[in-house]
Amino acid sequence: MRAADIVVFSWRSLAGYRGRSLMVLLAMSIGVASVLLLTALGEGARRFVLGEFQSLGTHMLVVLPGRSETAGGALGNALGVIPRALTLDDARALRRDPSIASVAPLNVGEVQVQWRGRGRSVGLMGSSRELIDIRGWRMAAGRFLPAVDWDRSPPVCVIGHRIRNELFGRHAAIGQWLRLGPQRCRIIGVLAAQGKTIDVNLDEQVIVPVALAQSLLNVPSLFRIIIAVRSQAQMEHARRFILDTLKRRHHGEEDVTVITQDAVLETFDNILSALTYGISGIAAISLIVAGVLVMNVMLVVVTQRRSEIGLLKALGASRRGILALILGEAALLSLLGAALGLAVGLSGSALIRSQYPDLQASPPLWALFASVGVALATGLLFSLLPARRAARLDPVDALQRGRG
Amino acid sequence: MPAMIELEDIHRLFRVGEETVHALDGIDLRIDTGEYVSVMGPSGSGKSTLLNLLGLLDRPSSGRYRLAGEDVTAMNEAQRADARNRLIGFVFQSFHLIPRLTAFENVELPMILAGIDPARRHEQVQQALHSLGLADRARHKPDQLSGGQRQRVAIARAIVNRPRLLLADEPTGNLDQKSGHEVIETLEALNRQGITLIVVTHDPALGERARRALTLVDGRIEADIRRPANGPATSGA
Repeated sequence: MRAADIVVFSWRSLAGYRGRSLMVLLAMSIGVASVLLLTALGEGARRFVLGEFQSLGTHMLVVLPGRSETAGGALGNALGVIPRALTLDDARALRRDPSIASVAPLNVGEVQVQWRGRGRSVGLMGSSRELIDIRGWRMAAGRFLPAVDWDRSPPVCVIGHRIRNELFGRHAAIGQWLRLGPQRCRIIGVLAAQGKTIDVNLDEQVIVPVALAQSLLNVPSLFRIIIAVRSQAQMEHARRFILDTLKRRHHGEEDVTVITQDAVLETFDNILSALTYGISGIAAISLIVAGVLVMNVMLVVVTQRRSEIGLLKALGASRRGILALILGEAALLSLLGAALGLAVGLSGSALIRSQYPDLQASPPLWALFASVGVALATGLLFSLLPARRAARLDPVDALQRGRG
Repeated sequence: MPAMIELEDIHRLFRVGEETVHALDGIDLRIDTGEYVSVMGPSGSGKSTLLNLLGLLDRPSSGRYRLAGEDVTAMNEAQRADARNRLIGFVFQSFHLIPRLTAFENVELPMILAGIDPARRHEQVQQALHSLGLADRARHKPDQLSGGQRQRVAIARAIVNRPRLLLADEPTGNLDQKSGHEVIETLEALNRQGITLIVVTHDPALGERARRALTLVDGRIEADIRRPANGPATSGA
């Protein structure tokens, strides 16, 4: 028998028993569509989180005071000594290695801002010129902090997009004097709207030179040191350099933690991938249920079409021929169901994307192949039993029972 | 004439519960190419068993069967299926047309099973339908056809692959007299064109039309009567 003829013959029998075929089609497509939708959601969540991390800047290292892991060796920790604070001089010392592109000190806190009687409490960031390059922020107007020595504190500030809108409305913000607690400083730039990044809401921040922030917040130390490494390949070297340098400066104690973005990224990636596999596995169970339904339907087909199978044998169909016909019908049914499921799943995830643009929910390529493959495999596997039963029918018996 | 069918000491046993039924009990039979043979006998005489055996739908418990010179008792399942397809056409009492397929598609089935390409199929199916006066019924489904037309579609299906042996099991059993007569004349016309025709029936009037009439009783050939060739008076050519 020619393959094309098997397909045509199967199509005619499916069309001949429309209600039953539609039922299987529905079950199969629900299975495939749910695998696609769930993996799309999982993938969307994964991309969202990874995207957020990538927006933190590339090749970035963050130094924070204290050791995050339990250290058995360090005597200071055992005695409960508070780790040494990070200072501007620490940050300066880190600029000396060729693997490090730039270093920005960082302090954060909260401050009351006021302009012409309007005021509110906002986040305060103290940093330097380098920060904007490391983080890749964009300016809406004006410029970022000036490149001055970190100890100097010129009375200037850069404000977030939302503060600008709330305090100034239609007025121009650049050049205005903003009251920051007891200080006044001139606004020299407005950040472009960034939305919510994973660490801070940049739209509601005021950024000032680091020395000014330290005096406003009355802290001598730094909250973080943000470092840009020249290339991915130099990451490990840079990390080593930072730890060694700070250890030397802190009298031989390794009392800082260096976070690489990759480590965090990888953890999230792993968790979210595991989640995606898990839920798609659950969805795949519905495909197996659909497979069982295919088996039942094909068993009914074989019983109802006994005399037809007997006839086909009389007309010269061998056992293998009958097997091919029944399996062909099951395969066609599964494929049509899978195609319908693909259409539903893909348009469903497109709908999610259009409703929630933040969530780039599109099923990964492997999910497309896997769901169609599993649909086809379960359809065929579960039809083996009915198909074998049909192939073994005794033609004389089958023809006689079909009589009358 | 060369032999179409040669049976040597054919036995067919069935187990029914504790008992063993001897459906065929030592049949020796030779039917030449182009013969027209009827098989008659009371029910339970083994005539259906014989027909199934001749049609390769069943296998003898012992004995040898040569069909068109080929020893079919030595064949495996796939080879027998192929031999059925090439050599034998079946006509059943209840037509056995597939209801969801059109007349054309029903007739096409044996050629599809043989894996013949669509162009040749189309030509041969048209030809078969035409020769049975069904050219204008090709697109009809079986339930849109009369009984006589259905059986003629079944005959078209039986001959479309140009078999050498036509086996008819009570071909007029489900038809009124007029349609039955037309069907039997159609079969006889095919026989005159050279096909070997074997008709199983319990209708004596039908059985006596054949030039050779076999009577089976209890699984044995009780009578084998040959008549001189004289086709029905109504036939042409």
